[in-house]
Amino acid sequence: MSANASLSYVQPALRTHGLEKEYGHGAGLVRALDAVELEVASGETLAVMGPSGCGKSTLLHLLGGLERPSAGEVWLAGRRIDQLSERALARLRRHAIGFVFQAFHLMDELTAVENVELPALLAGRSPHPARRRALELLERVGLTDRAEHLPSALSGGERQRVAIARALSNEPLVVLADEPTGNLDSAATLDVLRLLDSLRATGQTLLIVTHDARIAATADRLISMRDGTFVEQTRLTRGTTRQLGELAGLEG
Amino acid sequence: MPEAVGVPIKEASQGYQLRVVQEVLLALLAKEPSHGYELRARLQLALGPLAEALNAGQVYVTLNRLEKAGLVTSERVGQTVRPDRKVYELTATGRARVLEWLEDTSWPKPAPAEFHLKLVAAAAAGLGDPVRLVDAQRSELLAGLAAAQRAALAEPDGSVAGLLLEGVVLRLQADLRWLEACARYWNATKGRS
Repeated sequence: MSANASLSYVQPALRTHGLEKEYGHGAGLVRALDAVELEVASGETLAVMGPSGCGKSTLLHLLGGLERPSAGEVWLAGRRIDQLSERALARLRRHAIGFVFQAFHLMDELTAVENVELPALLAGRSPHPARRRALELLERVGLTDRAEHLPSALSGGERQRVAIARALSNEPLVVLADEPTGNLDSAATLDVLRLLDSLRATGQTLLIVTHDARIAATADRLISMRDGTFVEQTRLTRGTTRQLGELAGLEG
Repeated sequence: MPEAVGVPIKEASQGYQLRVVQEVLLALLAKEPSHGYELRARLQLALGPLAEALNAGQVYVTLNRLEKAGLVTSERVGQTVRPDRKVYELTATGRARVLEWLEDTSWPKPAPAEFHLKLVAAAAAGLGDPVRLVDAQRSELLAGLAAAQRAALAEPDGSVAGLLLEGVVLRLQADLRWLEACARYWNATKGRS
């Protein structure tokens, strides 16, 4: 892709070309990803589903610069990132990517609002605007009254909503979520689901790796993976009221 | 469209036919006599966004049929501003039919057998990879799940139509879980052969 090309059309938020990842050597060699071609448009939400070991988490790690590919390219908003130095990658992860993990990864000794403002402070923002933004984000995820609580005083669903607020702290180009409801009961899953649905509505570019069909169903588009490759793609926004009526058993 | 009062004809051929419309209309008339427009409004409330695709004229056509079958009677009531309307009342036979419907425990059948046999046959004939058929089916169900879930999220708290949408969502989730079991089984079979 030439630099000029970026002027002539809107860059996808994420793009991969010939992406491969192998682990191990010789007879123990495992190909986790095989020639993956992916494009995520800016403002699009994409869900990736597949059985465990299909390579979906590896894909997310490569897209977020948490691991490096064995071959192929990763582009973020028109910039190739798979060859960046560790230092540049760390910077990119702090500024341009929001991560949401299954195990929340909150700092136990920091309150909810401190956890949410941390990425902004690390990115060099001054404390006051960072705090203001953190409180706004907590309001957005419905946790204003939990701002001063430590993670240990929050339920699983609340912790994950704090983690999502934190992921939005630096207005990331893309949010990458790895099994965001994997540790949650069904009521908490519903809260996170509502939140993901509202993120979609605001045009946040979002890639969700999940095995939960309801979470996947919040996305604009779904990719199914098996054995390190994409096996099926579908647009999830194509359903009509009439089809819904058929599913409800209305039609006779 | 015969005899229905105040219904625009052009709507009649559009939308789908409600499967249990006769029973539903009779049941809605069980409390007190009512007219077509109000019955339709009550149906729409119960179905929420799903009512959009309903055939608009079906309620009026069905009321006519029910009247001919002796399950309801009608009386033409004059209105000052608008055209006359017909008020329908349940007959004793109609009431018996409602009670029969309410007590009937038959349940719409889930249909795993057809898809199951499709997979078995595809594998046996070597006509297609059962796992790919599962993938395609999963995409289809997920698109339905996405539509149902979005509609459910858009319903206000305590909406009765939201309860219906929740039923659609839960049922699709169960189907999707079964498809996962199908994928596991047929994937393992491929490994063995």
